[in-house]
Amino acid sequence: MTEVELKQENIVYAKSKLMLDNVMHYCPGCSHGTVHKLIAEVIEEMGLEHKTMGVSPVGCAVFAYNYIDIDWAEAAHGRACAVATAMKRLHPDRMVFTYQGDGDLSAIGTCETIHAAARGENIVAVYINNAIYGMTGGQMAPTTLLGMKTATTPYGRDPRLNGYPYKISDMLAHLDGVCYLTRQSVHTPANVRKCKKALRKAFENAMAGKGFSMVEVVSTCNSGWKLSPVKANEWLEENMLPFYPLGDVKDI
Amino acid sequence: MAEKEVKLMKGNEVIAHAAIRYGCDGYFGYPITPQSEVMETLMELKPWETTGMVVLQAESEVSSINMVYGGAATGKRVMTSSSSPGVSLMSEGLSYLAGAELPCLVVNCQRGGPGLGTIQPSQGDYFQACKGGAHGDFHLIVLAPNSVQEMHDFVADGFDLAFKYRNPAMILADGAIGQMMEKVTLAPQRPRKTDAEIEAECHSWAAYGKPADRERNVVTSLELRPEAMEKINQRLQAKYKAMEENEVRYEAIECDDADYVIVAFGSSARICSATIEIARAEGLKVGLLRPITLYPFPKKVLAELAERGVKGFLSAELNAGQMVEDVRLAVNGKAPVEHYGRQGGSLFTPDEVFKALKDKIINK
Repeated sequence: MTEVELKQENIVYAKSKLMLDNVMHYCPGCSHGTVHKLIAEVIEEMGLEHKTMGVSPVGCAVFAYNYIDIDWAEAAHGRACAVATAMKRLHPDRMVFTYQGDGDLSAIGTCETIHAAARGENIVAVYINNAIYGMTGGQMAPTTLLGMKTATTPYGRDPRLNGYPYKISDMLAHLDGVCYLTRQSVHTPANVRKCKKALRKAFENAMAGKGFSMVEVVSTCNSGWKLSPVKANEWLEENMLPFYPLGDVKDI
Repeated sequence: MAEKEVKLMKGNEVIAHAAIRYGCDGYFGYPITPQSEVMETLMELKPWETTGMVVLQAESEVSSINMVYGGAATGKRVMTSSSSPGVSLMSEGLSYLAGAELPCLVVNCQRGGPGLGTIQPSQGDYFQACKGGAHGDFHLIVLAPNSVQEMHDFVADGFDLAFKYRNPAMILADGAIGQMMEKVTLAPQRPRKTDAEIEAECHSWAAYGKPADRERNVVTSLELRPEAMEKINQRLQAKYKAMEENEVRYEAIECDDADYVIVAFGSSARICSATIEIARAEGLKVGLLRPITLYPFPKKVLAELAERGVKGFLSAELNAGQMVEDVRLAVNGKAPVEHYGRQGGSLFTPDEVFKALKDKIINK
């Protein structure tokens, strides 16, 4: 094979230098890896690699700190927005973001999320909504769709037994401290590009002191859903997006 | 504000003044009786306009301790204060702080329990403060003030010890110490550490934004590999052993010739200092051993007193008998050890303690 020398002007894509080479523990087909990559790109493109602190959650993404080459603090389950609040208040010139799943941010951490948003903390919450608890083995999340089978709803989520799913992005929209809420996905190349733009906007809001921003990413958990990666993407489009429609929920 | 000042103040108010003067970077709290004056005083003093200290009222004690976690993770000197039920809510956070080896200061102005209990003073949280109080093997450094002056002094001491060992420190006060007014000498104002100083001091572990000259820092208590997690535990235990060897503090009053010794801390020790006067006036040689650090506990001096021939120990506590277990372990069967206590927000009088000493030890 002959080596081809790439000219700088012909390079259309390169891996962010903030993405570490550690082998990812995420399942093939999971959305986490793509969202990590987008965050790394946004931090690098904004020149914030020496000014950013990430707060990782409890759940599959607890190990986010193994993949993006910035300083991290790992929070107790659900507490990331409280942890990030103090980091940002004590370092107002830094970029502070949380990376949380739906169980972390919208079940056990609902209180911390709502109050950080209501106070208008200048942080970004990246909210991975895959409608299931991945790391603990596929149990029902607050976002689990009606009828959806999980380890704790083996016959499908029944509202009489398990209550209804809810959309925390919509709930946060009326809070005065919130400047930007958007729901994105990364299941097609076009959606990946839109998601990156949304992340960039959220990060810019935080650095400009505009208040609380959250980027919800409607994501796949093909292991938890017991589907192949391709089928999981199809299932997301057919089942998740009608209930969690994509687009901006609030932008001021 | 630059010089030493003598003032008349409540114990809770003095915590706020001492924190500012020490150069504390941030306070995160939630109101609860009988300690609410700490945050009220801070809000009135507006230190963000003078020293730059951040003061934030959180939505719960769960959040305030996790804000402390976040602030401590960046190498800043941060603190919270609460009272018993609020400290229970902080237990999870304290375990994470100890596991991630983060320094911070927590003030518990104890009230009577269990449950919602009462807002009156108690020492019912001794076990919670000294025996971990949450999941996993860990210890807090626990300082027990018996005066408003010590409330003041232990803010600086608590922070210094917390940073020396990278471990949470607690001031275990109670409603009596928090609410009473006394003369106090306030320390001169110290400047807060600059970001450059903090980065130099905490270069190896804190997350403040990764500079080009080091690897990323990750503040976490997670390690899934058993062999690595055991090593972390062994390191923590070695740290606690070093605290036990180097940081024990106590006050021994008239213990040298004592036939009997009362062991008491905090507000109980103040009451018992009058008991030994009553006893001595009756010709009984009674001393008072006041642990100042509850963890590490002054077991060596108690063992020495037992070895020397003290005939009995009375652990006087505002609880059902908690510290008495540590006194028994230290005395190790060489002399009788009994407990006397009041609960539910009631205090004992010096005479009541003296009667208990006679009934339970001397005339037994």
